[in-house]
Amino acid sequence: MNNESFEPKIVGFLCNWCSYTGADLAGTARMVYAPNVRIIRVMCSGRVDPQFVLKAFSEGADGVLISGCHPGDCHYQEGNYKTLRRYKLLNKVLEQFGIEEDRFRLEWVSAAEGAKFQHICNEFTDQVRELGPLNLNGGNQ
Amino acid sequence: MMVNIVIDGKKLEVEESTTILQAAQQLDINIPSLCYHPVLEPYAACRVCVVEVLVKGKTDVVTSCNNKVQEGMEIQTASERALRARKLNVEMLMARAPAAEPLKEIAKDLGIEKTRFEIEDPDEKCILCGLCVRACQDVVGAEAISFVERGKNRFVSPPYGEPSEACIGCTACAYFCPTDCITYEDIKGRKVIHSELHLGPETAIRVPIHQAVPMVPFIDEETCIHFKTGECKICAQVCPKDAVDHDQQDEILDLEVGSVILATGYKQFDASRIAPYGYGHLDNVLNGLEFERLVNASGPTGGKVKCANGEEPKAVGIVHCVGSRDENYNEYCSRVCCMYSLKFAHLLNEKTDAVVYDFYIDMRCFGKGYEEFYHRLLEEGTKFIRGRVSEITEVPLTPEEEGRLIIRVEDTLLGALRRIPVDMVILATGLEPSVDHNKIAKTFNISCTQDTFFLERHPKLAPASTFSDGIFLAGCCQSPKDIPDTVGQAGAAAAEALALADKGTFELEPITAVIDEDLCSGCQMCVNLCPFTAITYNKEKGISEINDALCKGCGTCVAACPSSASHQKHYRDEQIFAEIEGMLIE
Repeated sequence: MNNESFEPKIVGFLCNWCSYTGADLAGTARMVYAPNVRIIRVMCSGRVDPQFVLKAFSEGADGVLISGCHPGDCHYQEGNYKTLRRYKLLNKVLEQFGIEEDRFRLEWVSAAEGAKFQHICNEFTDQVRELGPLNLNGGNQ
Repeated sequence: MMVNIVIDGKKLEVEESTTILQAAQQLDINIPSLCYHPVLEPYAACRVCVVEVLVKGKTDVVTSCNNKVQEGMEIQTASERALRARKLNVEMLMARAPAAEPLKEIAKDLGIEKTRFEIEDPDEKCILCGLCVRACQDVVGAEAISFVERGKNRFVSPPYGEPSEACIGCTACAYFCPTDCITYEDIKGRKVIHSELHLGPETAIRVPIHQAVPMVPFIDEETCIHFKTGECKICAQVCPKDAVDHDQQDEILDLEVGSVILATGYKQFDASRIAPYGYGHLDNVLNGLEFERLVNASGPTGGKVKCANGEEPKAVGIVHCVGSRDENYNEYCSRVCCMYSLKFAHLLNEKTDAVVYDFYIDMRCFGKGYEEFYHRLLEEGTKFIRGRVSEITEVPLTPEEEGRLIIRVEDTLLGALRRIPVDMVILATGLEPSVDHNKIAKTFNISCTQDTFFLERHPKLAPASTFSDGIFLAGCCQSPKDIPDTVGQAGAAAAEALALADKGTFELEPITAVIDEDLCSGCQMCVNLCPFTAITYNKEKGISEINDALCKGCGTCVAACPSSASHQKHYRDEQIFAEIEGMLIE
């Protein structure tokens, strides 16, 4: 497939209090960013079950983004630390599945960082586009 | 014990320990005195207060300030004998200190035109009453000055006439001096005076501002003499209610509350950060609050606008947007500065004949009646110059700039660089978040916007709430705002806090987690994960249980449960799986 015309599908799990509000801010501030990240709102990034990530990849996502509050700013005190631990472990699992590290990303975006969210979306989309489609199990071509 | 006395024919019953002077004061009989002060021990130095007393059949002329009343004492404050003695004493004092104004007044009252004794120094003011020395020793406890030499050579001085190390620069001696012999300037040369004295608070014990709540005074430990030397405590002495307590300590109280309103305010932008404006090292460059103090009727100059040399300025420049709308400092607009600058311009027009220049980038007169006020200022003749000031300098290029402050600015409407000489510059300093802003944000688990002010729950629909339930915002801690806006937001915050308390019940989000008893294996992994201790292990049933009232619905336990026994209402695994599937359909 021609990478030029390839538009990756990315699933983004955003926590309700910081990152989702940050994404909202990017929207209300009318910032333009790549539409490839499709957002699922969870109350806390700590709610992101590793199964969700695996499910997303198996359903055809080319990348997965998890975004939570900055360390120390979690609305639930420490949910984002748990996410960080799970992220590290899950990366090892994904590696064994043959999924590149660069397809899975954890970011901290506060409610005020609309511009940062815009930047991350653009950068991550470019990064995944560079990698090309994820042909898990031979792909669904 | 009470004693009965007669003063000038009037009977009086007073405490035994009362002095004759105090007893006379009770009857509103005036005995002239120079060296008496109610907070100091009487010293009987000036001897102007002499009276004639008759006690136990004997008459005598005594000083009234230090002699106590006795049973049956008859006192004549203005008998011929007393007056003769008083006149003699005053005449001798006049020979010593002919320039002392209060002495001249007493002499006038006594009908003395000039002293019959030889005057040594016609400019001398010191009557050697010792009030200054006693104040320095007994009140301040600094012991920096004392009498030097004896007899006719006696004078008051610090040791060896040199600036004294013991002087704390409190100016108490000048305050107590009855003849203005010691002035503020004398001490200033000897020892550093509190640097903010000219604009700052005048006393160490004071009500912080006229609008203070509660309306009670506090003691400023920085300036209070007691905290420097352990002495003084005059305020405690004179307080009729014994309310002054110098041993009071700051207390930290633990309060249980249902909601919190954060109104932690702002801090003024430190104008010395902009070096070219010269704030801090150029005289007559003031920030907004300093000018506010200067122009205040209860301020140090009684509301008169004066330059550092004491003269009224002939031209004043007001510089807008100092620390605001500036990429180097703060990008945001501080909102209040345009209007307070216009107020200053108006006050200057009203109180002085100065030409007022207003250097602005854009006039932001956004509120009710504000634009009209701006037009009024235009009509008053304020000179508005559009352009950011690049520098304020003392270096003159022409003779007429000599000794003045020169404002360098690009007038963007004329398209020309201009140099405008003025006598006073007011910097309209912007607003910044308060000093411990980040600490407060951490304490209450609330977020800040990029300009570091507190973030409200929603910019339009919930401007007084935060993302933490029961925590509300009011005023400049949320963003720079003027008084009407602050009052409005504070009212909203108070109403929301009350509504929460008044309801009596608390609404929980319906997104709490539940544990499926049939699936839970009792591994207790979730128990340690919960940051709110909402999960407990039920030993009897061998399963974990969630307390609905404590659960905040973060879902961490749900994500971690190895047997998928924990579910989060409305965020069930199945629901999110369905979302993922729906999202990734080709």
